[in-house]
Amino acid sequence: MDKPYAITLDVGSSLANKTGAWRTNRPLYVDRLPPCNDACPAGENIQGWLYQAESGNYEAAWRALTEDNPLPAIMGRVCYHPCETSCNRGKLDEAVGINSVERFLGDEALKRGWKFSPPKAGSGKRVLIVGAGPSGLSAAYHLRRFGHSVKIVEAGPLAGGMMRFGIPKYRLPRDVLDGEVQRILDMGVELELNSKVTNIVETMNAGRFDAAFLAVGAHIAKRAYIPAGEAAHMLDAVSVLRSMEGEEKPMLGRRVVVYGGGNTALDVARTAKRLGATEAIIVYRRTREKMPAHDFEIEEALQEGVLIKWLSTIKNMADEGTLTVEKMALDATGFPQPTGEFETLEADSLVLALGQDVDLSLLDGVPGLAIKDGTVQVGRNMMTGYAGIFAGGDMVPSERTVTVGVGHGKKAARHIHAWLSGNTYEPAPKHELATFDKLNPWYFSDAPKTMRPLLELARRTSTFEEVVGGLTEDNALFEARRCLSCGNCFECDNCYGVCPDNAVIKLGPGKRFEFNFDYCKGCGICVSECPCGAIKMVPETT
Amino acid sequence: MLKQTEGSHAVAEAIALCRPQVICAYPITPQTHIVEGLGEMVKAEELVGCEFINVESEFAALSVAIGASAAGVRAYTATSSQGLLFMAEAVYNAAGLGLPIVMTIGNRAIGAPINIWNDHSDSMSMRDAGWIQLYAETNQEALDLHIQAFRLAEELSCPVMVCMDGFILTHAYDRVDVPTQEQVDAFLPRYDPRQMLDPADPVSIGAMVGPEAFTEVRYLSHHKQLRALRLIPELAATFRKQFGRDSGGLIRTYRTEDAETIVVALGSVNGTVQEVVDEMRATGSRIGSVSICSFRPFPLAVLREALQGAKRVVVLEKCLAVGLGGIVSDGVRKSLSGIVLNGYTVIAGLGGRAITRASLRRLFEDAERDELDQVTFLDLNADVVSHELERESESRRSGPTAEAILRRIGTVASHIG
Amino acid sequence: MQEQEQQIKFYQTGTFTVGNRLLAENQRSVQADMHRTNSLNSGHRACQGCGEALGARYAIDAAMQATGNQLIAVNATGCLEVFSTPYPETSWQIPWIHSLFGNAAAVASGVAAAQRVLGRNNVRVIAQGGDGGTTDIGFGCLSGMFERNDDVLYICYDNEAYMNTGVQRSSATPPAARTATTPAMGPSPGNVFGTGKNLPRIAMAHRIPYVATASVSNLRDLERKVKYAMGIHGARYIHIFVPCPLGWGSAPEDTIKIARLAVETGLFPLFEAHDGEVTASTPIRHKVPVTEYLRLQKRYAHLFGNPPDLGRIGLIQTMADRNIDEFGLLQ
Repeated sequence: MDKPYAITLDVGSSLANKTGAWRTNRPLYVDRLPPCNDACPAGENIQGWLYQAESGNYEAAWRALTEDNPLPAIMGRVCYHPCETSCNRGKLDEAVGINSVERFLGDEALKRGWKFSPPKAGSGKRVLIVGAGPSGLSAAYHLRRFGHSVKIVEAGPLAGGMMRFGIPKYRLPRDVLDGEVQRILDMGVELELNSKVTNIVETMNAGRFDAAFLAVGAHIAKRAYIPAGEAAHMLDAVSVLRSMEGEEKPMLGRRVVVYGGGNTALDVARTAKRLGATEAIIVYRRTREKMPAHDFEIEEALQEGVLIKWLSTIKNMADEGTLTVEKMALDATGFPQPTGEFETLEADSLVLALGQDVDLSLLDGVPGLAIKDGTVQVGRNMMTGYAGIFAGGDMVPSERTVTVGVGHGKKAARHIHAWLSGNTYEPAPKHELATFDKLNPWYFSDAPKTMRPLLELARRTSTFEEVVGGLTEDNALFEARRCLSCGNCFECDNCYGVCPDNAVIKLGPGKRFEFNFDYCKGCGICVSECPCGAIKMVPETT
Repeated sequence: MLKQTEGSHAVAEAIALCRPQVICAYPITPQTHIVEGLGEMVKAEELVGCEFINVESEFAALSVAIGASAAGVRAYTATSSQGLLFMAEAVYNAAGLGLPIVMTIGNRAIGAPINIWNDHSDSMSMRDAGWIQLYAETNQEALDLHIQAFRLAEELSCPVMVCMDGFILTHAYDRVDVPTQEQVDAFLPRYDPRQMLDPADPVSIGAMVGPEAFTEVRYLSHHKQLRALRLIPELAATFRKQFGRDSGGLIRTYRTEDAETIVVALGSVNGTVQEVVDEMRATGSRIGSVSICSFRPFPLAVLREALQGAKRVVVLEKCLAVGLGGIVSDGVRKSLSGIVLNGYTVIAGLGGRAITRASLRRLFEDAERDELDQVTFLDLNADVVSHELERESESRRSGPTAEAILRRIGTVASHIG
Repeated sequence: MQEQEQQIKFYQTGTFTVGNRLLAENQRSVQADMHRTNSLNSGHRACQGCGEALGARYAIDAAMQATGNQLIAVNATGCLEVFSTPYPETSWQIPWIHSLFGNAAAVASGVAAAQRVLGRNNVRVIAQGGDGGTTDIGFGCLSGMFERNDDVLYICYDNEAYMNTGVQRSSATPPAARTATTPAMGPSPGNVFGTGKNLPRIAMAHRIPYVATASVSNLRDLERKVKYAMGIHGARYIHIFVPCPLGWGSAPEDTIKIARLAVETGLFPLFEAHDGEVTASTPIRHKVPVTEYLRLQKRYAHLFGNPPDLGRIGLIQTMADRNIDEFGLLQ
């Protein structure tokens, strides 16, 4: 075409005009820390594995999850999911059912027999782990992945710690527990049962261990001074729940009173019901709001017919099973005060669920340790005062949950690994938090949370069948897809679409995007319209 | 083929022979018969491969033609007077974009006061828009010029206005020779656009051009018209060869070889002028006339050549540069730059007033005696004018001028002179 | 077990984002395509955050996809034309012509006629202009094109004033808005109430085959309407709401947000009409009061003085509520 001068122009000629020169601010793709990741005591990359689950890549999701936590099927049943509490979706409609999806992935893995790969090479180092509870198992998993030789020594007859001897079957079926434990052992972890360590240093030297991780838990029941007759049937919650694992179930009788307000108390009461008690009564000195037990567990218990006597303390127990109970009243500071009013309560047995202490005997004589409030003090590197002896879980100061224990195990493993090679482990600095105000929630469609099905009431109280069911695959997928992917690009193409200057380059599936700074004018629409807050504006430096 | 037909219809037939592809029609006296004729031909499927579009204004008419032409098809429209002014923006636009649209102007006076009769004020108002302007002397020439216009426009990529006097030519029945389709096809090839809107080869037409390039663009359009000065006579020569008659060209001289007085005029009045020249030649006057066909580009060189030997030049104009005098005179004066002779501007025929042989005779004789003013209004009713001036000076609220004059002279158009 | 039934309809972003890795390719928008035409490419001189640049690319890319890249565009004088074709640079990747301010619709009619004559039945024509060029100076030609039912899709990018010449009032300027010719001064600052033209309704009065309104905040909706329009023949009209950060006094990054608020308040209803009757409307997701929309724009700042002009804000709210009623926007 013989185009007239200046009036008619060739296509593409505007590319000579580099409008990027106009900018005073430029956009930057960032990865922000999702609040779920931030809240998880086990440090899972929750957003990361949900991302995989969303597209139906369940094995990839499971492998992403188990990078940090080897026990998802267990977590999906017993974790108190602080991730869900901090989930940004909760500010939109309801939190994503992260816990349900984790359980689904864990169950899928067990169903399909997905295995952990054993490490490629051995490091030549040996690590002793004392206690086969969640913390010890987690440490074993991570240390084994680092290539170290790992041996777990467990005092009890079975592995699992509180997962086996504290959490009832109706919350955590034993085949699930066994499956996840075995999978770790299959990596080449040695397990010695029925073997209590009495002197840690000696045991280490004898076995030529280069380091040790102690995770003995806290399974000595605290006692309160309650005067009781000789024949009064008074037990502690720890031993009651432990004995549930044996051949002989505990004989609690028809009317069982449980003293205490934590989850253990509820576990015992609900167990008692299942064992045939007609009445299971919890006696707690404060009110429901003050009860340390989780609310949903209280709900489930009440649904099952457990009774709770608030604002009451037990003064004594007579031989015939009569308890003297004093009513309490909360004072201005919320502390219960005796009122001087008494009543009686008949009970075939009284179970004390007043908290647990650590058996620190294996640390006797070990120099350099700091013991405070019945727990071992450890540094930021999970090491005790004795070089090479690390500790975690309920035996160190912590919020005593399975997930925290698992988190300690991972953290300790990393520090042990570094220590074994003469280095220190410095965790990478955390990204900026992806708070709700950084999201653009308009882009998320309404999708209320999927509720997990509950076992019918009648069956709940007569069997130890799992009370809370799992999600079907459709539901789990739906639930995973409710994730807002806070702070992490999930390739929604918004930035690519909303740029008026066509200054975003789409690199292809899985490769995200890049800004074309030759033309970006720094308007910031991409930042405003990124649904998950994965872009921010920074000033131009020149 | 010889025909006795109305001027408008002759033009319509000529256009149809040129294989137009898009025709836009908006009615305005006195061109309407042209587009009506074409509309009938399209509707009767005598003219095929052509879209006939009834638009809602003259502005739309030329705009539709602009779109069609830019999209690579041969486009045509016609207008007059107020309509031409209404599309003024588009007139400049078409020339600026270099689109080879052909448009007939049925010359008509521009209001206010509203007047439907012939003069050249309409096409003159657009003389500098960049269009080529050709003036037809006869119905035959009007027909022929359109055929030449399409070829001229498309070779140069410049729009062309063919001007024909309203009513005098458009509505007059005259004998014309309508060429055959073969003859026209042999003269006018298919339209091959210089630029075109085409998805296969996209371009952006109509960019904004700033100070750094605007002058060059304008120079190039000026240069285009200078090339036309060569091309127009060439095409006329080719036309004569193929069709056997003289039509078009830059100017036509009549008995000017030894003339002392030469009259210059545009359009149909040249017929009357030539008759008076013959009359006066018969009584010994050395007088001749020049008919300017191509007003844009203005034929400075050939006009100089034709006029330089005379003692005096009378420019007879059907238009008025208000506050100055003549429009055509300006161009004529320029062509005579450096040559000393007496130049007279005569404003005649405004608003369709008849130009009679008797008036012209008187005028030319006055000219021979050099007894003409610089600017003369032919057959001006001095009585009416002086009466009106007096009336206006008497009171401030003197009312509308035109209506006052009409009241004085009686009915409209009854006074011919 | 008690089962809960859930229908898997949504992805976490539903269909509101431009694309989504979880959606099939053909379920994503045209803009999500790595090989989209980018009909209005980089290097143009629009202001930062220009809504019109966005709207034009959205609409033309969609039309290009719908017509298999057989498209010619005719542009009126205005911001879009000026910022996209300053000699020697053009940002258009498609055949494009700019003639005058008021004749885009007529020129497009001519281009469409030419395609018919040339027998190019698959080549389609779009005419586009701003609100000034459409509702005011181009009104005559637009009406003529509608009346003739020429095969042209006319797209109006409505930023509610003559922006390119410095923010002067047009017949699309909403009541109370400040422009350079309706300044925020005197007893009644900003544009007066009781004036203005509703071009979509006027288009409907011509009973042309298809009329629709769209917004740059609802990309999918816009693309669907453009593609639908390109699937039928005859005169069609789409009116797109495009915020202008400069003219409206809003932050460049808020362009889409403001467009969204205009829709969610009900001030700019999204609807479609066939042959002169409204046939569908896009519901509002979450209704918001007009103040949320007005506050983001300095052209309404005088309404929020001390004391705020509750009377006129109330009138604007009434306008929004009336739209919600008329078009059934809350379901």
